[in-house]
Amino acid sequence: MQQLLYLTEVSLNGLTTGVLYALVALGYVLIFKSSGVFNYAQGVMVLFAALTLVGLQRGQVPFAHLWTAVFGTHTYLFGWNLPAVVAIVMTLGVMVLLAILVERLVLKHLINQHPIVLFMATIGLAYFLEGFGDLMWGSDVKRLDIGLPVGISETIESFTAATFGYGVFVDRLDLFAGLVAAALVFALTVWLKHSQLGRTLRAVADDHQAALSVGISLRLVWVLVWSTAGFVALVAGVMWGAKSGVQFSLSLIALKALPVLMLGGFTSIRGAIVGGLIIGVGEKLFDFLMGPIIGGATESWFAYVLALVFLMFRPQGLYGEKIIERV
Amino acid sequence: MFYREVGDFKTTYAADSQTFPIAFDRVRYYFVLIVAVLLVPFLIDDYWSNAVFVPLLVWSVAAIGLNILTGYCGQISLGTGGFMAVGAYACYKLSTEFPDLNIVFCILISGAITAAVGMLFGLPSLRIKGFYLAVATLAAQFFLVWLFNKVPWFYNYSASGQITMPERTIFGLAVTGPNVEPWAQYLICLAFVFGLAWAARNLTRGSLGRQWMAIRDMDIAAEIIGVDPLRAKLSAFAVSSFYVGVAGALYFSVYLGAVEVTEAFGINQSFLVLFMIIIGGLGSIFGSLVGAAFMVLLPIVLRNILTRGLNWDTALATHVEFMVVGCLIMFFLIAEPHGLAQLWNIAKQKLRLWPFPH
Repeated sequence: MQQLLYLTEVSLNGLTTGVLYALVALGYVLIFKSSGVFNYAQGVMVLFAALTLVGLQRGQVPFAHLWTAVFGTHTYLFGWNLPAVVAIVMTLGVMVLLAILVERLVLKHLINQHPIVLFMATIGLAYFLEGFGDLMWGSDVKRLDIGLPVGISETIESFTAATFGYGVFVDRLDLFAGLVAAALVFALTVWLKHSQLGRTLRAVADDHQAALSVGISLRLVWVLVWSTAGFVALVAGVMWGAKSGVQFSLSLIALKALPVLMLGGFTSIRGAIVGGLIIGVGEKLFDFLMGPIIGGATESWFAYVLALVFLMFRPQGLYGEKIIERV
Repeated sequence: MFYREVGDFKTTYAADSQTFPIAFDRVRYYFVLIVAVLLVPFLIDDYWSNAVFVPLLVWSVAAIGLNILTGYCGQISLGTGGFMAVGAYACYKLSTEFPDLNIVFCILISGAITAAVGMLFGLPSLRIKGFYLAVATLAAQFFLVWLFNKVPWFYNYSASGQITMPERTIFGLAVTGPNVEPWAQYLICLAFVFGLAWAARNLTRGSLGRQWMAIRDMDIAAEIIGVDPLRAKLSAFAVSSFYVGVAGALYFSVYLGAVEVTEAFGINQSFLVLFMIIIGGLGSIFGSLVGAAFMVLLPIVLRNILTRGLNWDTALATHVEFMVVGCLIMFFLIAEPHGLAQLWNIAKQKLRLWPFPH
């Protein structure tokens, strides 16, 4: 019984990590669905959004180290603390600005290029953003605190302790993240299905040329979708940042969203969520069961190998559209 | 004027497909070789060997390897770092288990072992392609690094988890280990680069290379005209991994001497090699060499300007370096998708017509 409960706890923790993976994966799906660009930089966008949020909230001077090196100013803080809501809105503004710039400076010039070229361009973007984010806000590990619930949920622990004689630990932040993810998915689905803009997005996703010919501005749609992905990145960044601090490893965690996508299928929002949950639970359980036998830290590769094996049997993923090729 | 063939009087296929049809190019090629073999070893010192020449040559081998897979056969791989680790660990195990084995054979056998591992991880390419495959090769990257970290047999149960290369000699001359002369280091790497680049150039213009390019341009069409995708893709993975494995073995044994797997063969190394071939030119052996030179020299130049010239601290310089590299990647993909090699070709075309361009 004890073992079983412990297993449940491991799975529950896996589920909540999976939700966070799914949040990052959502950003990839949005961009891929509507522009066919596989945006490698999504992971770094998560980091960048979180960095910007913390920086704005704490009133850091952007590029402080650079100014110090060039002009010798030595001013690192403005000396104010913004309320969380204001900082979040401002960060959103920054992400929209980023989307506009990416469209203007990069994507516009790469229309009609091979998808692989676009993919490699986003790798370049990822490198740029990585350096830019660190240059702007400094590369030290930052604590993100915007008043989210943290710590062990005592209600659940005392409840399970009273009923089964074993207290199950669940982080309150994880529960909150699950709720936020559910709300986000619901909102995105409704938005894509029923709003004017959502319909436009889906039209572009279906067929670029047909969409152009009925008067849809491709460039506007790209800005829009990159902004949405920026928003999703911000949400993911807040959750991950509150959980493990804002630092460089955040963009590596985001790499995990790739196998999530492969498992779920690149074009499906539902796939991102289900894939995230499968990978989250899978890697925790695998490490729990197999870790002692083959040596721990299997979490670093399990997701990739799982996706690799899965793809051998179903190349389009769980919910992806069937890949049809013609000469 | 001087850079031009006089008429087109070729009578044999061999003459038609020669690498340097213009006399000036042939002379230049031999000139570069002579300088590299007869001049540089006498001038080289510790700094130039360790900071510039040896890394340049080692990364060139890796870049040629990845270019065979990505540039010629069209299969993107993000597992280069992992495969280099296979080469390095194979070289370590071979040279410690068989101390009498010559280091050259050690390195070549390491390449062969890596080729086998590469073929194993290349199997999914028969089912999946494009960035699906790119992500799948990430599995190789993370799994291999984890494996070398977790299984103590690979690092001979050393306490630190590091592997350290013992001293090995060729004709009584130390080429690895702590007592190695800079010029010996340089020459062994140069020999490998020359041999492998020559082999790659001839492989890629032969039947096998043409099969790879057919697969790259359109795999279904290639299959219809009789290219066996299984053979072509797996041979590309094998040859490419052989090169990458040799690069890994050289990187560990000749260049660094002691490595820790997560640091030396992480995912950043995979990206570095990918950047080399994008900037140098996909599908070009010359491009791989130029790309490697560019990516090795760029950080050195930047660091010299920023930290020595402007007195910035190194963290700041590293951030700027990231930004510059990222910008360059995007710039090259937009402005010249075929990289520096294409710029070089354009320059040659112009020079051919000069001074009468019309």
